[in-house]
Amino acid sequence: MNSDMLASNKSSHGKGALRSSSGLPYGKINVYMTSSFRIKEKLIQGLFGTLAFSSLIFLVGIVFVLFKEGLPIFQDVKISDFLFGKFWYPTYDPAEFGILPLIVASFFVSLGAMFVCVPLGIGSALYINEIASHKQKMILKPLIEILASVPSIIYGFFAMAILAPFLQKTFNIPIGLCALNASIILGIMATPTVCSIAEDALSYVPRSFREASFAVGATRWQTLIKVVIPAAGSGISTAIILGMSRAIGETMTVLMAAGGAAMIPTSAFDPVRPMTAAIAAEMGEAPMGGDHYHALFAIALVLFIVTFLFNILAEIISRRFRIKLGLSG
Amino acid sequence: MNQNTVQKIGFGFLFFSVITTIAFLFIIVFFITTRGIGVISWEFLTAGPRDGMTAGGVAPAIVGTFYLTLGAILFALPLGIACAVYLCEYSPKGIVVNIIRMSINNLAGVPSVVFGLFGLAVFVKFFKFGISILAGSLSLGILVLPLIISATQEALLAIPHSLREASMALGATKWQTIKKIVLPAAVPGILTGTILSVGRVAGETAPILFTAAAFYLKGYPKSIFSEVMALPYHIYALMTEGVYPEKQTAIAYGCSFILLVLVLLVSGLAIFIRQRQRSYDHG
Repeated sequence: MNSDMLASNKSSHGKGALRSSSGLPYGKINVYMTSSFRIKEKLIQGLFGTLAFSSLIFLVGIVFVLFKEGLPIFQDVKISDFLFGKFWYPTYDPAEFGILPLIVASFFVSLGAMFVCVPLGIGSALYINEIASHKQKMILKPLIEILASVPSIIYGFFAMAILAPFLQKTFNIPIGLCALNASIILGIMATPTVCSIAEDALSYVPRSFREASFAVGATRWQTLIKVVIPAAGSGISTAIILGMSRAIGETMTVLMAAGGAAMIPTSAFDPVRPMTAAIAAEMGEAPMGGDHYHALFAIALVLFIVTFLFNILAEIISRRFRIKLGLSG
Repeated sequence: MNQNTVQKIGFGFLFFSVITTIAFLFIIVFFITTRGIGVISWEFLTAGPRDGMTAGGVAPAIVGTFYLTLGAILFALPLGIACAVYLCEYSPKGIVVNIIRMSINNLAGVPSVVFGLFGLAVFVKFFKFGISILAGSLSLGILVLPLIISATQEALLAIPHSLREASMALGATKWQTIKKIVLPAAVPGILTGTILSVGRVAGETAPILFTAAAFYLKGYPKSIFSEVMALPYHIYALMTEGVYPEKQTAIAYGCSFILLVLVLLVSGLAIFIRQRQRSYDHG
């Protein structure tokens, strides 16, 4: 578009405006709309449309970077040795890059966290959505949101400075920084996530379901167990999956709380080093472009794929859930 | 068993779980407040660290956190608003929009440490920003982008359609409607979303580990290409590095207290405003 066109557009815009205000036929408004206004509208829509792709670009960028920086490790280490190797000695000579202990630690600690966050999160969601009075809701919901906004470093610090010594005394174990410690704190962290997603799912269950159940003489508890929970079931499982995904991806908390030993745990009192903790702790020391550096990117790639699969699974289930309840997908 | 008894036990269990959840919040706040508040003094808030991190204050870390947060929001806010406006106001339905939506959801689920790696490879190495405020802010900005998009979307969706139709009926174009009617009406919602994002960014640590943060620096950062101290990273470093764990833990309590107060004030404010707004919307 050149300046000539702009100028002519401007003048036609002026005329168009004059004509339409002087009461000429309706069709003339098209003259007005084909003027600079329409071009400007198109430009703005184009700009917004381009910016809307930013999330996609960042996501693709992340995947690209992880592959580009992670794949070189597989020139030196076989993929199967990397994924299933039992020894993670990245700084030894010769170095060993087996990340099985890290993968096991991530799942071990996150599964442990599920024992805390699933009952607490879903129990809270059920209470808030089904039992609490309006007044209670107005207090409980913001408090749970505030729990969600506590930074992960604070949870990590709490686990390290207060929870670990407490566990050490209670269970009489040599070291408080262990898988159990990390699981408890991760569970507390993931509870608000599970709670708010489960609560969303519960709020989608139509009122008529409950009324029908009451009408045939069921108590509130029976309605909850036999009608509401099954109806919201897949929504609730989405909450659990996303809670798990959050726990696996959590970094600072496990870095500080889990103890950091890269061994396959045999009990909940063993110190462990989940994938996120290994990346965060070692990247600062790994020489750029070396094997260790690439190996850490490859761990991040594994981590990304795991959380990505969890997220996709959650998305598929929640879409089905909404269709089942007759809400738009 | 009597159905009423079953119901009482069941409700009791649910009540117990919500109380336990809330109790954790109070336990964490209680311990950090009681042990951290004693450390706070005028010097702690306004001076730099001295004597090998065992004395002095944490002012540079507070300032650093402020810069990083500001940078991240300046980057993510315009981008997030533009993205949400496109999805809510323009989006022709279809596969492209679905892909964008899915990528926003998935970006929100990416582990925070991965943003750090991305920042390291792209901003620090590829664009040669070095370990700097700029690289850290951009990494944090990408992390918080999905949060801003969804908050803005929620704000836009809450605006009644009749407002847009009225504006169009007066002959306003789409952009005029968005600029003069939709966005001004959405400002409160966007603002609360932004405040929540500030709380989130200020406490994030993993993305700045390799892109911005330093344990100790003399003085304050001079430009956006300087390394920077940050409160959350400072807590981590105090707990894991250094040679005087006892003294350092005390300072870490102080830092945690400051960070917790900042984040809870900021997020609490946003949550409170939003709750009022929502109950107002629903009558």
